[in-house]
Amino acid sequence: MTDFFQDQPLRIAGHAFTSRLLVGTGKYKDFDETADAIAASGAEVVTFAVRRTNLGQEDGPNLLDVVPPERFTLLPNTAGCYTAKDAVRTCKLARELLDDHKLVKLEVLGDDSTLYPNVVETLKAAEELLRDGFDVMVYTSDDPIVAQELERLGCCAIMPLGSLIGSGHGIQNPHNIRLIIEQANVPVLVDAGIGTASDAAMAMELGCDGVLMNSAIAHARQPVLMASAMKKAVEAGREAFLAGRMPRRQSADPSSPFAGRING
Amino acid sequence: MQIQLNGEPRDLAPGLTVAQLVDDLGLTGRRIAVERNEEIVPKSEHDATRLADGDRIEIVHAIGGG
Repeated sequence: MTDFFQDQPLRIAGHAFTSRLLVGTGKYKDFDETADAIAASGAEVVTFAVRRTNLGQEDGPNLLDVVPPERFTLLPNTAGCYTAKDAVRTCKLARELLDDHKLVKLEVLGDDSTLYPNVVETLKAAEELLRDGFDVMVYTSDDPIVAQELERLGCCAIMPLGSLIGSGHGIQNPHNIRLIIEQANVPVLVDAGIGTASDAAMAMELGCDGVLMNSAIAHARQPVLMASAMKKAVEAGREAFLAGRMPRRQSADPSSPFAGRING
Repeated sequence: MQIQLNGEPRDLAPGLTVAQLVDDLGLTGRRIAVERNEEIVPKSEHDATRLADGDRIEIVHAIGGG
């Protein structure tokens, strides 16, 4: 942020963050690239998946050495879960993995080809996780009624998709995202669908509290450079939102005064 | 006895503890979490938890994901 302006921190479940860009750790070519991209993004919250240990290949580096819990706020996710039951099991494993860590990203998917959220299972899982003391940031569709219900249950952040996971199609329904933001009393973050920097800026200009992305950075031709672009886009979009855009007009309106023209 | 370990059958000596299994797999000190029959086995209970025939054990870790 510029020196004449100090933004409020992004507050989620008792944490306070300066960066409003949250990033994933998937699809990078190696851990060095992962670490460099995260550093360039300035992200303080980093999400990761929980999977079976590859038995017999235990000597490689561990993701948690690249994103140490002492330096980042880790956000284990339930990517790959298709039922509330699997998502809850995964969160419990993550809590054990990170020594009683409570902040999770819940996502329960509907099918393999769209990875669209199954909101029925998502609601079920959210309820159970919240009862069990988890702080739940929830990936969901851009349906304002579902978003409202997830907030009512007690989710600490609502994370509607911009478009399908990994599609890079940007924000397909900005009007719905706006509706969700206007009614919400918890942070709203666009999660999924961001393709390039202007998509991230658009999310922030709509009034989102943050943006979560993975593929847009990891699948760029130069991931580290894109991570830097995304950092700036999120900051620029945030400042533009707070500054308030000029009204749109039907006709032109010159920036230079008419008075005093030499042909006047 | 035989257990299911990360979805695969595995023969083990009877009476093995979770801690011994983790050690045999070379995972001691690694950042992992263990689930036995869909219930978490906290690290503090690895030493005291004895495996039984037919147990379904999951050992997980963190990997890249979004």
